[in-house]
Amino acid sequence: MLEELNNKLKNKETTSEILMQESLEKIKEYTKHNIFVTINNDYQIKEDLNTVISKIPYAISDNFSTKEILSTASSNALKDYIPFFDATVIKKLKDNGAVNIGKTTLDEFGIDAMGINAVTGPVINPAAKNRITGGSASGAAAAVSANIAYFAIASDSTGGIRKPASYTGVIGYKPTYGLISRYGLFPFASSFDTPGVITKTVKDAAIITDLIKGQDENDMTTWDSTKINLTKDIDNEINNKRLFYIKEICDINNYINPRIETKETLNSFLNTIEKIKELGVEIEEISLDKDLLNLVYPISLIITSAEATSNMSNLTGLIFGPRAEGKTIEELMINYRTKSFSSLIKERFIIGSYVLNKDNIDDYLLNAGRVRALIVNKLNSLFKKYDGMILPSTLEYAPKINEELPEYLKTEQHLALANFGGFPSISIPSDEINYLPIGINITGKIKDDANILNIANKIEKRLKKRISKEVK
Amino acid sequence: MALKVVIGLEMHCELKTISKVFTKSKNDFSEVPNSNVTPGDMAFPGILPVLNKTAVKNAIKMALCLNCEITEELIFDRKNYYYPDLPKGYQITQNTKPIGTNGVIEVEVNNELIKVQIHDIHLEEDTASLDHFFDYSLIDYNRSGVPLLEVVTEPCIDSPDVAVAFLEHMRNIYKYTGVSDADTKKGQIRCDVNVSLMEESDKEFGTKVEVKNVNSFSSVHAAILYEIDRQTKLIEAGKKDEIIQETRRWDEETLSTVRMREKVESVDYRYYIDPNIPKFKIDPLWIKEIKDEIPALPLERKNLYISKYDLSSYDASVIIKTKENSDYFEECLSLKIDPKEASNWITSQIMGYLNKYELEINEFYLTPKRLSVILDYLNKGKISSKQAKDLFFKVLEEEKEPEILIKKYGMEQLDNTEELEKIIKTILNNNENQVKEYKEGKTNMFDYFVGQVMKETKGKANPIKVKEILLKELS
Repeated sequence: MLEELNNKLKNKETTSEILMQESLEKIKEYTKHNIFVTINNDYQIKEDLNTVISKIPYAISDNFSTKEILSTASSNALKDYIPFFDATVIKKLKDNGAVNIGKTTLDEFGIDAMGINAVTGPVINPAAKNRITGGSASGAAAAVSANIAYFAIASDSTGGIRKPASYTGVIGYKPTYGLISRYGLFPFASSFDTPGVITKTVKDAAIITDLIKGQDENDMTTWDSTKINLTKDIDNEINNKRLFYIKEICDINNYINPRIETKETLNSFLNTIEKIKELGVEIEEISLDKDLLNLVYPISLIITSAEATSNMSNLTGLIFGPRAEGKTIEELMINYRTKSFSSLIKERFIIGSYVLNKDNIDDYLLNAGRVRALIVNKLNSLFKKYDGMILPSTLEYAPKINEELPEYLKTEQHLALANFGGFPSISIPSDEINYLPIGINITGKIKDDANILNIANKIEKRLKKRISKEVK
Repeated sequence: MALKVVIGLEMHCELKTISKVFTKSKNDFSEVPNSNVTPGDMAFPGILPVLNKTAVKNAIKMALCLNCEITEELIFDRKNYYYPDLPKGYQITQNTKPIGTNGVIEVEVNNELIKVQIHDIHLEEDTASLDHFFDYSLIDYNRSGVPLLEVVTEPCIDSPDVAVAFLEHMRNIYKYTGVSDADTKKGQIRCDVNVSLMEESDKEFGTKVEVKNVNSFSSVHAAILYEIDRQTKLIEAGKKDEIIQETRRWDEETLSTVRMREKVESVDYRYYIDPNIPKFKIDPLWIKEIKDEIPALPLERKNLYISKYDLSSYDASVIIKTKENSDYFEECLSLKIDPKEASNWITSQIMGYLNKYELEINEFYLTPKRLSVILDYLNKGKISSKQAKDLFFKVLEEEKEPEILIKKYGMEQLDNTEELEKIIKTILNNNENQVKEYKEGKTNMFDYFVGQVMKETKGKANPIKVKEILLKELS
């Protein structure tokens, strides 16, 4: 898609100005969807730059630091914060001439939820006006889904890119941890947070990631990826590839009183598996310890809350953010933090402080770390035998706004398995149920992004023939 | 009742590096507040730590000087607490695996070598500095993120003298290795002192009192003495229970320790490993390289000066007191100055002058090279020892080369034989009676003639030559 667009720009069939105006029109059309925090009317187009993404409008999730552009993380804590430096990813996109049309809504500070926990209100799914988008990167996914932006930059901590991508029918790609610099990404849980992309095609995800990846002197967790090219082999045949899916997640019999939506989704997943097998891909069902899988949600909650509690201690209103009143410095900090955060975040801080407490840390945080390692080891041993893991991205399509969900959906978190081990993971649209998109998720071993994108690209092309209607 | 004093020290020292420990800002003492600051030092959202390799290297170097075991794996932890001088809300430090553990170092106290056990040495970042005024406070982030090494001793020190000797020795090692300027005046060294008392028969330590932020060595001495006195009095009055585990601070004005907080509900720093800094295996080869860079340390140099150059223990101690003095001495030796002569000049003239004008030897105009020029004139008999001393002061006063000043003040000795013969002949002719007395056996008249020559030449005549010519003329 980006390549075609690039050709049109080169052949003067369209101009960057036209693309921007179209995007800004679309933004107006979707105003009620709460997709944007800030619309960048002062956009700058570098006419003399010619890269595959130059002059193309894109959106940035509001938890990335953008120089001279309001960056709120959809929180009151930063409602007036205008950074004076660009995140590394943003700088790279700027250098490549892509044009930022605005900053998109997210669940406050990227704390993965359902796309309803932004200070500006819930983001409405472009595919259905009575449904949510999922989160955390709710606005970013919606912007791409609604054809406002040709791609978006967002972050994925426990599925924050892939879940809304699945709910809105677009591609959501979370690369291997450290492939893309986190410098300038407002942290939620540092060992989980991964910048990634939301696009219309797998190839676009590869093209953009090739441009923004790389070792960064400002982020010690990045690594040298000069030998990795995600676009080059993306069209290779995949008839010798092997995938597995986990029975305990995909078999409806594992759920007590499952909803009809869950049944439909899992059925669709098993049908999709059969279609993929037609490409010559071998897909096997494997079984994992159910107790271990049941721990994914609590472990993820414990570790991310602990990291968030510490990461967000810089938010005191002293240096940036709207400073609170107070007679003492402690009072000032307490008042600021009381006013600034939603109850969801405060709940995370309480959990985080509890599990970091010296009397609890071993029972909770360190044990959680041990189980995390256990799960990662298990997956790594599977990745020795298989190219990747394939799962339904979500157990259902997008729920309705204010819909009361059963416990098993509230604690659904298998997308976080990829974040546990820093594995590359992508969600691609696989089907529509009642005109609502759902996706499948493919996860592979560390640094094997090219292989995963190759598999995803071929599957995407195979499945596109089946998805009759464009998501509008 | 014999009470045993148990002291443990925590010594923080700022490292000398080009940039800060986790950011690119300059690590440089600046009078202008908030001039050495980048986003990381103020914890703007999205910043990440990038570890300074030189700081790690220097930390390893110090750990080696303290004979510590070096950790195989480098890990940093977050110490979480809210305070306005800590912009991130946590300090990056080493709790899980300090860079060095189980060390020991020998310290000389009153000519006796005492071993101080080191619990650990770890690398961390300094906080910003706060300036409190009547109804507001100012924050200076220049210090935020400056690399800090903390050395923690075992509770093995039994007197304030040993405590101070240890701190002085540590400061010296910092300077000798170049790891830090260790300047207390710039606040580069800060100490926490733990003091407890126990009876000789006790098997367990008494209740520990921590005195925080003692910023000069004399204050460390005074604070320990004060705590020993305070705790002794309480014990002797049967009020041992009133010694509680607490944190106190040293008050410079009242010269006493003052309670800051009780440790009953001790602060929980919620330590955990910083996920932003990958674990790093330390290559044993790198450790070896660092070890090879460590220069001869003070005690090693002292032993060498005594055994090889035959200096007295006292003189050797004075010379090694600072690395600069010791380097000055060694530079003198490389300029072929006799070790004893160099030592004498350093310990008497030079030290005297430096102390008088409160100067450091590295800002001293009279470099070893200039000293060697003066001593060369002296040893070749071109100037007298009195003249050498005069010249020494003239060089310092006027900040000019000794060669120039010798000419300017006509200090160079008169040793032209013909000229001296002419002067001597005139003097002898004018003192016929004295010559007669001399020849009749009054040999002490000889000194009278020497005196006359010196008077005539304003002390410039070469005394050896004068004697030779006089003997010849009088024979």
